[in-house]
Amino acid sequence: MSRPGFVLEVDDRTPPMVVHEGEGFRLENFPLGTRTIYPPESLPAIDDVDGAIRDALLHPVDQDPLPTQLRAGMRLTIAFDDLSLPLPSMRAPDIRQRIIEQVLTMAAEAGVDDVQLIAANALHRRMTPAELRHIVGERVWRSFGPQGLLYNHDAEDHDNLLHIGLTDQGEDVEINRRAAESDLLVYVNVNLVAMDGGHKSVPIGLASYKSLRHHHNAKTMVRSHSFMDHKKSHLHHSAWRMGRLLKEHLNIFQIETTLNNDVFPAPYDFLMKREWEWSVKDQASMLAMRRGLSVAPSRLKHKLFHDLRAPYGLTGVNAGDTEAVHELTIAAVHRQQLVEVQGQSDVLVMGVPYLGPYNVNSTMNPILATCMGLGYYFNSYRGQPVVRRGGAVILYHPLDGGFNQLHHPSYVDFYEEVLAESTDPVLIEEKYEQQFATDPWYIHLYRTSHAYHGVHPFYMWYWAAHAMDHVDDVVWVGADRRAAARLGFRAATTLQDALEMVSGTVGTDPSITYLHNPPHLIADVVT
Amino acid sequence: MLALEMYRSLPRHLAGKAIGGRVPGLLSGYAAPLRLVTIDQPRVDRPGWARLRTRLSGVCGSDLGALSGRTSLYFSALVSMPFVPGHEVVADLLEDCDDLPAGTRVVVDPVLTCAARDVEPCDACATGATNRCGRITVGSLTPGLQTGFCSDTGGGWGEELTAHRSQLHPVPEGYSDEQAVLTEPMACAVHTALRAGIRHNDRVLVSGAGSVGLLTTLAIRSLTSAGEITVVAKHGHQKELALALGATEVVAPGEVLRRLRRATGAFLVKPELGPSYLLGGVDVAVDAVGSKQSLETAVHATRAGGRVVLSGMPAAADLSAAWFRELEIVGTYSSAQQEPGLDGRGAFDVATELLAGDAVSSLAKTIAAYPLHRWREALDHAHGAGRLGTVKVAFDPRSKK
Repeated sequence: MSRPGFVLEVDDRTPPMVVHEGEGFRLENFPLGTRTIYPPESLPAIDDVDGAIRDALLHPVDQDPLPTQLRAGMRLTIAFDDLSLPLPSMRAPDIRQRIIEQVLTMAAEAGVDDVQLIAANALHRRMTPAELRHIVGERVWRSFGPQGLLYNHDAEDHDNLLHIGLTDQGEDVEINRRAAESDLLVYVNVNLVAMDGGHKSVPIGLASYKSLRHHHNAKTMVRSHSFMDHKKSHLHHSAWRMGRLLKEHLNIFQIETTLNNDVFPAPYDFLMKREWEWSVKDQASMLAMRRGLSVAPSRLKHKLFHDLRAPYGLTGVNAGDTEAVHELTIAAVHRQQLVEVQGQSDVLVMGVPYLGPYNVNSTMNPILATCMGLGYYFNSYRGQPVVRRGGAVILYHPLDGGFNQLHHPSYVDFYEEVLAESTDPVLIEEKYEQQFATDPWYIHLYRTSHAYHGVHPFYMWYWAAHAMDHVDDVVWVGADRRAAARLGFRAATTLQDALEMVSGTVGTDPSITYLHNPPHLIADVVT
Repeated sequence: MLALEMYRSLPRHLAGKAIGGRVPGLLSGYAAPLRLVTIDQPRVDRPGWARLRTRLSGVCGSDLGALSGRTSLYFSALVSMPFVPGHEVVADLLEDCDDLPAGTRVVVDPVLTCAARDVEPCDACATGATNRCGRITVGSLTPGLQTGFCSDTGGGWGEELTAHRSQLHPVPEGYSDEQAVLTEPMACAVHTALRAGIRHNDRVLVSGAGSVGLLTTLAIRSLTSAGEITVVAKHGHQKELALALGATEVVAPGEVLRRLRRATGAFLVKPELGPSYLLGGVDVAVDAVGSKQSLETAVHATRAGGRVVLSGMPAAADLSAAWFRELEIVGTYSSAQQEPGLDGRGAFDVATELLAGDAVSSLAKTIAAYPLHRWREALDHAHGAGRLGTVKVAFDPRSKK
């Protein structure tokens, strides 16, 4: 029986707590009275995964069973979430592989021979064959990859995009032509956090910039309270409008999965335990790890972390109508991640780990670290933010990862040129977004190399717009000072220094909340 | 009189060439083929010549190049050793010179043309393109492409020198000596701007933000209808000055290709070895340094069919792009007495007007002046001028401090 998440108030007996900071950890002594939000322990995984998948396909929600929708001569497209989910990547076999194999088996039994598989990477980078193979498995890759029937979505291949129409609010809906012209589009999702899935899958994952710009912008994202609550997120409202328009033109069979909180494999699994429950072995592991990381070359550290594969367990799989399925999905995510928190605090403390959605097999540059901390973690709430308006956020990350020239070429220019001029999301959107979005070099690299789209760093910055609008002070502990300054923030060496620095904003005796993740949690802030 | 004299010394020349670039301090120490000497005043007893007393004389990049052995041996036939360097000169006339009375404050156009050498005008001099004079090794003077490289005329790094009336330009009232000593480099910048052939709204790169780069930026902005001007600068004060003198943006050497790639929509290519380059880029690039890196930056950042202007004395560099991208490589040396793009006016006249601006006036105030006997410090300073926040170092032979 797993225990629910809870809020611990730091007292004299509380041991130092683990705080993630890039490719390393820190054991931090928080001031007395600090609230620490622990995620729920991992829910039990479904034992018979294949059986659960089969059951979902045969008994979908508000749709006919998948086999009855398959027929010879039809055009079937299977789209799936890209490598930005889950985090870390899942230990093989990936849940998408197991679902896709069953869908393909049913399609074969029905005599469907026009099948294509598309990674719904939107403006994310093209995945390598090895990365695709990890997601879909060897069998599927061999059957479809070499023939060109399994590929990354190309949001700049205008011949292979189809403009479906406009929503009632004038938003362009343009998605992958093959998917749009299929008799049936099966979407296979991994719903790691509450903002994933639903109509965020097809209308975003298979869309073009022309479509994405309607919700991935500073104005929309600053009004999304929060991204983890699709009913109160303007971004999701836009995606939902698009999804409903798509539904009028396209038959979508949505398959959503939820995972438990088994993020770290052995011997790192002590990171998912509460510190006072660490055994002697756990403590020794932590000590050894910290000592090892302190002397390890950065390449080795990078490899150590990025080679981690999470032993996630499946907690749910549902299929059928997108919205109906997503309600079940969200309920499962909440069961795993929701923690009730009483009221807001003056200061929110978060550790930014080594990995986010956009640096899988890559580096966490300062813009991605900002997106991870102020975008995703800050928005891990329901109701209202954990920190009060006008409060302060303290983040841990060295901000020294540099930029991966293969994956993030436009990030370098965004950092050096755009952020040097302004960090205001609205301003930079007005002046620079179009330039970056239409830059032929970035488009070339996105289409032919493994680069994120030119506009992608802007989206990362917009993700953080709500937090930047909400709090008055952001300080990074252990960060490179010049990088922090370029981002428009300040850097401190220790938590005590950071608290001193934000005292002008929140006073000398602020209430503090520490978000103890990963694993993922959603703070359900009630007053 | 007291003067700094550059003399022939093979060991020092070789030592400077070998390590002068890495350890510039050696050039102002044991490796410099330069000495402080007492010599006779230079004198040319021919009509049109007069003696001058130096007020200020600048240290130019070409002077440092000569001292460090970086200058090509190509020029060895065009100088006469030993000579007193210094071709950026503001001085007082010690005697009447044709229409100019003694005591007139003048600046010197250093090119020793057919008129100065008392020979029939060559084709270039006949058309006013005096910087292209083909008689610089003959006539009544020893060989020397300019004052400051000729043993007969002396140079600005001495208390006195001699010059021909054709070289002299009176300094208007109200100009400080510091402003006036910038006239010659400003005239070179005017000539560069005109040679660059910049068309309306062309995008221009100026690689380098020393005095040559900064003044070229001003000249391009003032005399052409260039669009965006990007200047490559290493140091903070250079950035501020470049912006004040007309640059649209200033970038660090390491980021220039990336910035221009984005600004021009070019593609960036990385060879297996060696620096990256652009396919596409600016319309016109000016190399205002003359180093290998700076020249290659200019060549690598220019679009196919564009123009690369050699303003600094060029080092050996990879010119593959010039062939492959069909670039026009344009040399620009000194300035002419009649510039084609100025309706027959001389570059010195236009330069004098440009020097009156506020930005150049404030730039002139930063000139660091040294007496001759502190020449080692002066050269040290000149080598590190950018790092030390200085645009120009000069000698003031009158000063004893």
